[in-house]
Amino acid sequence: MSDMLKDPMILRQIIMDHYEYPRHHHLSGDEGYGSIHMASDSCIDDITVQAKIENGIVTDVNFDGVACTISTASTSIMTELIIGKTIDEAKKIIDEYNLMIEMKQFDEDILQEAVAFHQVGKQANRIKCATIGWKAILQLVEESEEKHE
Amino acid sequence: MLDVKKIRNDFPMFKNAEKTTPNLIYFDNAATTFKPQSVIDAVVRYYTSQSVNIHRGDYELSYQVSDEYEQTRKAVARFIRSEEREVVFTSGASASLNLVAYGYGQKFLKKGDVILSSEAEHASNILPWFKTAEVTGAVIEYIELTEEGELTIENFKKAMHEGVKVVAVAHITNVLGFIAPIKEMATIAHEYGAIISVDGAQSVPHIKTDVRDWDIDFLSFSAHKMVGPTGVGVLFGKYKLLEKMDPFMLGGGSNARFDICGNILLKNPPFKFEAGTPAIEAVLGLKAAILYLEEVGMDNIEEYEHDLRNYMVEKLQQLPNIHLYNPHAATGIVTFNVERIFAQDAAMYLNSQGIAVRSGTHCAKILIDVLKTSETIRSSVYFYNTKEEVDRFIQVCSEITLEKCVDLYL
Repeated sequence: MSDMLKDPMILRQIIMDHYEYPRHHHLSGDEGYGSIHMASDSCIDDITVQAKIENGIVTDVNFDGVACTISTASTSIMTELIIGKTIDEAKKIIDEYNLMIEMKQFDEDILQEAVAFHQVGKQANRIKCATIGWKAILQLVEESEEKHE
Repeated sequence: MLDVKKIRNDFPMFKNAEKTTPNLIYFDNAATTFKPQSVIDAVVRYYTSQSVNIHRGDYELSYQVSDEYEQTRKAVARFIRSEEREVVFTSGASASLNLVAYGYGQKFLKKGDVILSSEAEHASNILPWFKTAEVTGAVIEYIELTEEGELTIENFKKAMHEGVKVVAVAHITNVLGFIAPIKEMATIAHEYGAIISVDGAQSVPHIKTDVRDWDIDFLSFSAHKMVGPTGVGVLFGKYKLLEKMDPFMLGGGSNARFDICGNILLKNPPFKFEAGTPAIEAVLGLKAAILYLEEVGMDNIEEYEHDLRNYMVEKLQQLPNIHLYNPHAATGIVTFNVERIFAQDAAMYLNSQGIAVRSGTHCAKILIDVLKTSETIRSSVYFYNTKEEVDRFIQVCSEITLEKCVDLYL
């Protein structure tokens, strides 16, 4: 385990920073974006995630809506990790993230700041919050693949 | 004055919760309440010593249980000052409210008729009317609320007109805890020829109910929010209205006779609404709950909760990190947010300190427009809560920071 994972101060800082200043926290009116509305029926989280995927590359990801700290921060970090990646790279990152949430072995280097959520899986009632934005991007990536098959 | 220490001893949850949640402070009484031993005993007694059906069997045990079942109806009638035959047992307040909307609303409302409600209503009191409006062509209008979300008689008068046929409001709203002036509202509604259906889920458990004095047409409430069992509630309706309206469902126990030609002769109210075998043990438990509340005294309960609420509000107002939405409401519901922290995260921190509250939109999703916030934390006390619990709650509220909320997940 890296030093970063052992230092809750740093992880806390990452989550707070992305909650208070979420990245790509707006929606684009551009028609080139795919868009998915995610609303949890068990809690308040209600967000929309959109992605622009061109020639097999995720060129932009945005999100907006009402969500708790964990949802907002995890989705904000996701946007930063996914933008600029190929579809295959994006799917690899999403897979690693899901492994981490399931409390399995994962690749810290791939997940970067997203490792801040490596303990969330211990609390079943917050797993939905930590994955809501990630589920949306996976769906958007898969939809874009289907279109090009 | 209430002997709260003695009262708490009547509720086994306080002792038993120690094993799973040490130092639990239960401030989610608007959702449901703990049960005294007498209620639990009544429920268990049915299964251990009285386990037969009601209103059916030609044998002694069935007569006895049927009689006890009807004794609950008598107790409810006494408790809300109605006649016995005006008390319909349902599965809960939601079922009661739906019964009014479907059984009365869909039968008598016509295109263009107005259902007058408010933006502070619980889903169970507004969604059935949405459906009724869709089916009948009636329209829903809303009484304007004050900035704090209170329903005033002045605003009600402004909203009332000849087209209004049904007024559907909560006596006490589940998010903000204001008491609506329903006695005056009933008088005005009747002057216009409208009926008034009152959601009493948050009021019947907390303040004295007198349907005769208030002259309201329908009142819906649940047993489980008034120290009774889950699975049973009451619809009070004026007898003449119950006679006119349709049951929500038909079946055994609700009909007097029927033939193969499809002719059905329904029983008289309240029995025509009670098809099928009910939650008998819950109805028996409801009687024990009413006896318990009568013993403590509804006036005492109202006064005690009012004092406890004021104590909590006074202390919360001194905390710079707390935004309070309903400082002037009269009942045990206190709605707030912690500055800078999402309601659910703050509620999870309170949970980590053993304090049970509710965060969210509290099933009153259209109220957002009034409060200008998408989610709040709701604390709701009952007569078994104490000032000591409020003190600890205040202490924890004063200490909440975003850092501490995030640290729960590291």
